[in-house]
Amino acid sequence: MPWSRLAFPSVPRWLRAALGALLLGMLPGLLPIAHALTPQEALALSSGDTDARIAALHKAVAKPDPQLADFLHKLLDGDVQIDGTMVQVQQGDAWIDLATGQAVTPSDNAQGVVNNNYVRKELQSARAALDLFSPQRAQRLKAVQQLQDDPTSVDRGLVEQALKTEKDPEIVQRLQLLHAAILLTSASAADRLAAAKELAASNYPAVRALLLSRLDKKDGAFVEGSPLVRAQIEKSLAEIDSRLAWGERLGTLFSGISLGSILLLAALGLAVTYGLMGVINMAQGEFIMIGAYATYVMQSLFQHYLPGYVHYALIAAVPFSFIVTGSIGMLIERTIIRRLYGRPLETLLATWGISLVLIQAVRSLFGPQNVQVDNPPWMSGGFNVMANLILPYNRMVIIAFTVVVLLGMWLLISRTRLGLFVRAVTQNRPMASCVGVRIARVDMLAFGLGTGIAGLAGCALSQIGNVSPEMGTGYIVDCFMVVVLGGVGQLTGTVAAAMGLGVANTLLEGVAGAVLAKIAVLVAIILFIQKRPQGMFALKGRSVES
Amino acid sequence: MDRRTALKTVGGAVAAAAASTLPFPAIAASKAPIKVGILHSLSGTMAISETALKDVDLMTIAEINAAGGVDGHMIEPVVVDPASNWPLFAEKARQLISQDKVAAIFGCWTSVSRKSVLPVLDELNGLLFYPVQFEGQEQNKHVVYTGAAPNQQAIPATEYLMSKDGGGAKRFFLLGTDYVYPRTTNAILRGFLHSKGVKDADIAEVYTPFGFSNYQNIVADIKKFASGGPTCVISTVNGDSNVPFYKELGNQGIKATDIPVVGFSIAEQEIAGMDIKPLVGQLTAWNYFESLKNPRNAKFVKSWQDWVKKEKLKDYPVTDDPMEASYIGIHLWKQAVEKAKSTKTDEVRKALIGQKFAAPDGYTVEVLENQYLSKPVFIGQINDKAQFDVVWKSKGLVPGESWSPYIPKPKNA
Repeated sequence: MPWSRLAFPSVPRWLRAALGALLLGMLPGLLPIAHALTPQEALALSSGDTDARIAALHKAVAKPDPQLADFLHKLLDGDVQIDGTMVQVQQGDAWIDLATGQAVTPSDNAQGVVNNNYVRKELQSARAALDLFSPQRAQRLKAVQQLQDDPTSVDRGLVEQALKTEKDPEIVQRLQLLHAAILLTSASAADRLAAAKELAASNYPAVRALLLSRLDKKDGAFVEGSPLVRAQIEKSLAEIDSRLAWGERLGTLFSGISLGSILLLAALGLAVTYGLMGVINMAQGEFIMIGAYATYVMQSLFQHYLPGYVHYALIAAVPFSFIVTGSIGMLIERTIIRRLYGRPLETLLATWGISLVLIQAVRSLFGPQNVQVDNPPWMSGGFNVMANLILPYNRMVIIAFTVVVLLGMWLLISRTRLGLFVRAVTQNRPMASCVGVRIARVDMLAFGLGTGIAGLAGCALSQIGNVSPEMGTGYIVDCFMVVVLGGVGQLTGTVAAAMGLGVANTLLEGVAGAVLAKIAVLVAIILFIQKRPQGMFALKGRSVES
Repeated sequence: MDRRTALKTVGGAVAAAAASTLPFPAIAASKAPIKVGILHSLSGTMAISETALKDVDLMTIAEINAAGGVDGHMIEPVVVDPASNWPLFAEKARQLISQDKVAAIFGCWTSVSRKSVLPVLDELNGLLFYPVQFEGQEQNKHVVYTGAAPNQQAIPATEYLMSKDGGGAKRFFLLGTDYVYPRTTNAILRGFLHSKGVKDADIAEVYTPFGFSNYQNIVADIKKFASGGPTCVISTVNGDSNVPFYKELGNQGIKATDIPVVGFSIAEQEIAGMDIKPLVGQLTAWNYFESLKNPRNAKFVKSWQDWVKKEKLKDYPVTDDPMEASYIGIHLWKQAVEKAKSTKTDEVRKALIGQKFAAPDGYTVEVLENQYLSKPVFIGQINDKAQFDVVWKSKGLVPGESWSPYIPKPKNA
């Protein structure tokens, strides 16, 4: 499969090597333990129907030993297979017979152990329960967090035992909450009341679901028999809800800003070519697409020549995509657009033609199917702010990137000589020409800047969306929307419009769904433009030509 | 380019075969080639999925021809490109039947393309083999439905999610792309869930436009919805939107053990390029997986890989369910023509009913009275090698239902 090999050149091997090293390091220490996991137990854990496996698991966890923990890790990582009745575990590239510890060659009948989600959940909880007694704080913390996500699967005695030995205040607090969650189903109403009270301090959606389930009715009677406990549960639920609501609000705000930053990034290039230069560039979306393909090319080059540094390909792709799209932009300005200044209709038609040419050229070069641009590991996953709020790293990086690009562009336009010229040409072409500004050169550089920034946008967007020859057409409408709404020729307007649209769209999406939200936003923009054709921020005074 | 080389090879073989025999009009007495139409989009948005089906069709035809053809007649494929343009599907179908005089058409992917071809088939008495899972609720004598009906995919998957093994889901988040297949499937699922005593408050239904890529809010909504009890997501998201959707699931830390997601439009190809670790355990339901272990599948996968190498196709080295359904369709048609000793639609249709074929899924599938197939159902779980492990399979074959009992049958049907 060249596809998957292209996408993940080294991960499985790296993972396997790491696990192998880990295991080799641990083995000598593990061998002399009195009770060891027997091959029969291992077989029962990894074959048979779900219920039997889980029963075997509970039995095994009752007398924990480090080898069991290790075996559970292997089971969860998919490194165990059954060959007849022989349990084999993978170590590096070799298969080891669990009973003898010798390397074996698996027969054709060897079957990898498949864990369905139910078994996997139980295995994870069991592993976490064993990890509660780990000497490392980080591992204990991770274990208790894992168990808090699924409080129904852990044994009460185990948690009480852990509470006795645990010293770390944070873990103790978490263990107490976990203990309370378990007590919620206890036979004693007093215990349940105390538990319900204590759980008001929990932030876990799983705990909320658990509390809710106690309020359900089953066969006409409440699951929770005591009205007193029910009242307490309702009170605790209200407290949890008000806290979770904050997480949601922050989440919505973050989504809005994130969407706004994407819109802004896509529209910034157009803010130069259309906003400052007045070129209606229908091919702007295609420059975004070329930027994304440049990122893909850079990634492929890294995979081919520098496979060890492939995770940094994205960083190298940032200048690369800017230069590639900027040069193509300048070339097109020199050859085509230059001849059409002052003829907006012809420009519109010509740039639309250019966009089709670019799409077809990319399709011929790279094929009609989507290409895969990988997320480097430092952009995967998210930052855990609250139990119900995780901020994905890729979004945060893109927001930061947008800020940097915006800042760079602002400095360029307002602080450099080129920026001064661009502004001069924008405000009064003939006069700028009279005082000796080389208009042709300024036009070319400004157009190159606008398209180059579109390339940067493509580089960033390749991290969150699909990269296909047609991807640009999806952004062009949004780009024009942002620039026109913000007020042509105004960077501040572009920023305000992008952020406003992002947040508005996100808020509406929560109420009305993605399809209706889009319609509502477009209708709102039409109404707004009717009222204020010059956009949110209009240039004032004499600089507005005609 | 791919298509042209493929055509040249097949066409060359056919021409050679045709030259060696005398062309007679009637099939019974002669060994003239039989033309069939291949109606899959080779450009536009659906090219991603449909190009592979065109190629597997050509492979199957070459295979049958190499083994002696249909009763000694070579099959001659006529490939057209309806370019993901629904009205063009109808036009091309008309051209295939009235101009090229094809005996049968293999094609279509989206339900809307199939619907646009139907009037042409009715008018010109054509025969279409449709190889993709779909929403059912249709019964046209000119179509043989070799893909899965909802009771062969969506319903068993939902039942599995409600079972203890599947996580015992009590709340259902139905997420789909906004068009006929997801909407109908979700209507059927809602009816099914009602019949199981699930209340409307525990069902959420959300749609996104085609090509949607900003799944942040939706994933946050899923999390919020899940805090009300054990939740699963049933996704009928179609096309390349799946990539950002699953990426977002991973980034926002949704694990299959907490909130299982079953997708009806993701197969081996779609997950091949994703960061697979956060997705391990997520589910899908099909009638075929590449990872199925049986000699027939090994042969099928091998011939596909050889074909890809021979034809220098680069992008799709894996096999998946719609490809298998295309393969089955052509073989069933061949058997029916041999039985009927004719390529006339009415006679082939009659011969088709009850036709059996030993499929790569390891079972012997059969054409039912309603021209749906009875097929096995598998539920697969993504593993860390970007393939699917089968975690559940139906006991034997499941007959395809044209009308779901969970929603009212339309009056004119």
